[in-house]
Amino acid sequence: MWYIFMQGGYTTVKLQKENDKYIGNEFLQGIRDGSAIGIGYLSVSFTFGIAAVSSGLNWWQAFVVSLMNLTSAGQFAGITIMAALGTYLEMAVSQFVINLRYALMSISLSQKVDRDFGWQKKMILGFAVTDEIFAVAMSRKGEVSGRYFAGLTVLPLLGWNLGTLAGAVLGDILPKHIVSALGLAIYGMFIAIVVPVVKENKKIRIIVIFAVCISFCLYYLPGLKNISSGFAVIIASVTASGAGAWLFPVEEGEEVKG
Amino acid sequence: MNDFWIYVLVMFGVTYGVRVLPFMVFREKIKSRYIRSFLAYIPYTVLGAMTFPAVFYATGSLPGAMAGVFAALVLAYRGKGLFPVAVFASGTAFLAGWFFM
Repeated sequence: MWYIFMQGGYTTVKLQKENDKYIGNEFLQGIRDGSAIGIGYLSVSFTFGIAAVSSGLNWWQAFVVSLMNLTSAGQFAGITIMAALGTYLEMAVSQFVINLRYALMSISLSQKVDRDFGWQKKMILGFAVTDEIFAVAMSRKGEVSGRYFAGLTVLPLLGWNLGTLAGAVLGDILPKHIVSALGLAIYGMFIAIVVPVVKENKKIRIIVIFAVCISFCLYYLPGLKNISSGFAVIIASVTASGAGAWLFPVEEGEEVKG
Repeated sequence: MNDFWIYVLVMFGVTYGVRVLPFMVFREKIKSRYIRSFLAYIPYTVLGAMTFPAVFYATGSLPGAMAGVFAALVLAYRGKGLFPVAVFASGTAFLAGWFFM
């Protein structure tokens, strides 16, 4: 009896320790997984900083925009509207349309987080739902914990804001050709996320090709090309995903991952 | 004169709301197989549609961007990580843009 109690106590302590170690690892693992995003954001936000200053904002205004939004397409549209002295309604509608995809991602993410991921954590960490952070979080095996997600946001937040600051302050020093070539970095990241999955999974391959075809049509066809880029992304992704869900419904418990 | 702070607060309010409200409202697991499938496919279709064809106009040099996209596709196909793909895509675009200038 005593022996069993001792054993039990020992096991509990051991489990507790392993649990602590595991929790620490979750946060660190998140930081590690977010490092590539952080570095990618550094260069993209650097170009944002340059663009913001050249469109007429002060360096600190460029910094504030990044600090409060953490979204590339939305921020680029935002500074364009500010420079054109657009209305506040125009600003609101453009942000809503361009960033509506985050709503879809947040719904997906809400299905993936563990039970301890309460509303307080969602209020704080939900701010950091971006295309890349979402994609990495979703590619994690099993459920996503608050600690992992918090770790995941650290370097992207740092990269995004420091990059903006550096771009805004130093913007005009770098030659124009280097700055414009860096604009490709964010798309390189998108490609690096999608291609491995598309390579492994035939269903996703078909659906992604369909989405890209729609996107091409919306960009080039007369009449359709007046649609804003944010709205075009929504139409293409919703149509292709809708068709994909109808043609290739996901099995119960099946992870859609390459 | 339009106020910078009002612009930024509008941006923040809309962007934050669009992200956080759906995150907080959906607590139960979604049971519909169609919706679960739809949401599973969304990240890849969003990234695909955001990348093409916008990527070709991202650098101001169409041949440069095309070379960069090609480099990114090849490296990603070979399983390289996000950072090397992004760096090599930019580097290739820079060199090709300079070459075709």
